Amino acid sequence: MSDIALEVVNLSFAYGKKQVLHDLSFQVKRGQCCILLGPNGAGKSTLFSLITRLYAYRQGEINLAGFNIKKKPLKALGKLGVVFQQTTLDLDLTVQQNLRYHAALQGIGRKKANANIQEQLERLGMYERRAELVRQLNGGHRRRVEIARALLHKPSVLLLDEPTVGLDVPSRESIVQHVHQLVQETDLAVLWATHLLDEVYSTDKLVVIHQGRLQAQGTREDIMCKAGVDNLNDAFFNLTQGKS
Amino acid sequence: MRIFHYWYALWGIVFRELLRFVKQKERFLSALVRPLVWLFVFAAGFRAALGIAIIPPYETYILYEVYITPGLIGMIQLFNGMQSSLSMVYDREMGSMRILLVSPLPRWFLLASKLLAGVFVSILQVYVFLGVAWFYEIQAPLEGYLWLLPALLLTGLMLGALGLLLSSFIKQLENFAGVMNFVIFPMFFMSTALYPLWKLQESSEWLYKLAEYNPFSQAVEFLRFALYGQFNQMAFCYTAVAFVLFFLLAIIGYNPSKGMMQRKGR
Repeated sequence: MSDIALEVVNLSFAYGKKQVLHDLSFQVKRGQCCILLGPNGAGKSTLFSLITRLYAYRQGEINLAGFNIKKKPLKALGKLGVVFQQTTLDLDLTVQQNLRYHAALQGIGRKKANANIQEQLERLGMYERRAELVRQLNGGHRRRVEIARALLHKPSVLLLDEPTVGLDVPSRESIVQHVHQLVQETDLAVLWATHLLDEVYSTDKLVVIHQGRLQAQGTREDIMCKAGVDNLNDAFFNLTQGKS
Repeated sequence: MRIFHYWYALWGIVFRELLRFVKQKERFLSALVRPLVWLFVFAAGFRAALGIAIIPPYETYILYEVYITPGLIGMIQLFNGMQSSLSMVYDREMGSMRILLVSPLPRWFLLASKLLAGVFVSILQVYVFLGVAWFYEIQAPLEGYLWLLPALLLTGLMLGALGLLLSSFIKQLENFAGVMNFVIFPMFFMSTALYPLWKLQESSEWLYKLAEYNPFSQAVEFLRFALYGQFNQMAFCYTAVAFVLFFLLAIIGYNPSKGMMQRKGR
């Protein structure tokens, strides 16, 4: 089994004549947390839409857990868990009803679904609140439910599209910590899009994109070295705004 | 087993739609009140003005209320189809549509399941409406209520597929008012729901032609005949072909490489 969980190869994409991604290539290994850094409009959400097959690409390749997203879309999507930037829970249903719906879409039977729901919610300290309507939960708790949902079918790759936007500091910290812990304890590969540098751990791989182009990739040290500075904030500024 | 995956997903989508329907009591109430107002107020008022000759499937002179009942059943399904389309646009704007579309199942199957879920809801609404109409002495032969079920499935699928197709074109929720003006009202009024074809022909030849080829007319006629235990082959074929056409176009509309979603960049 290959060590690579997510592979993006020479990917380009345009909305009509507007080129949004230019020849993008990077890999995420199993058990690795990869932070996709880029300012607003860098092309992060478009990249996520391509990986989740909401849009179809014409140039390049995307492979998920060894399956090409174009040639074997259903097998590839089965290996994927996603938390989108916008909340995608049904507010009028309970936490459990939302999760059961997702389990059904993933082809998980009722008994196994209940066991998986319990496991994931307990891990996030949300099991006691399973009968509550999502509408009654605060933003941080809704995000936790979405992470639990994304992990219900035990995916190989977890995509998180700016999951902490709009959350208070404790909620943000809790989610960042939880995801990093997951990566350490399992061989889950995570691609986390953000522009918040305090979410980066020293063990993370970083991919910096700006205006749809890859600016740098590697460890924090690699990125700082490439930018010729000694802290990540300046490196990010040099590689993005500095190039506008 | 793959087949179980399809079954779980279909059941999950249908169950979610039913849950939402039960929780949205206002939606159920308005779906019921709309045709009842037409039946109790509009039809009662027009009873004297519009005389209905003996036309199949009726074997005798009938009250105007009896004539428009299948039209109102069609109206329930038409509005339900559009309501589902509205909720698809809402889901897309709110993002929950993405969860459905990134599931590891073929897109045609996901859309068909969503469609079927909406049809089940509309069938529930129709039978509750017919129950109320029964007490108002609008009564069809008992076996007609049974024959109506498969007919409702087909007409519901056709009108739901139309809604699905429209939802792939509608960019924002605000544009939905346009659908009301340009799709629902013309479809309903230029049909045999309120007046028979020969009445329309008396007043305008082109209106008659429009009504004859309106898929909604054919759906209403299919329902009208079914309610009286008869099979209208022409209406069946027309409705079935319209369903296949609308559904295929909707699948193209939701296809990631060919559809409107990509061109709109959503």
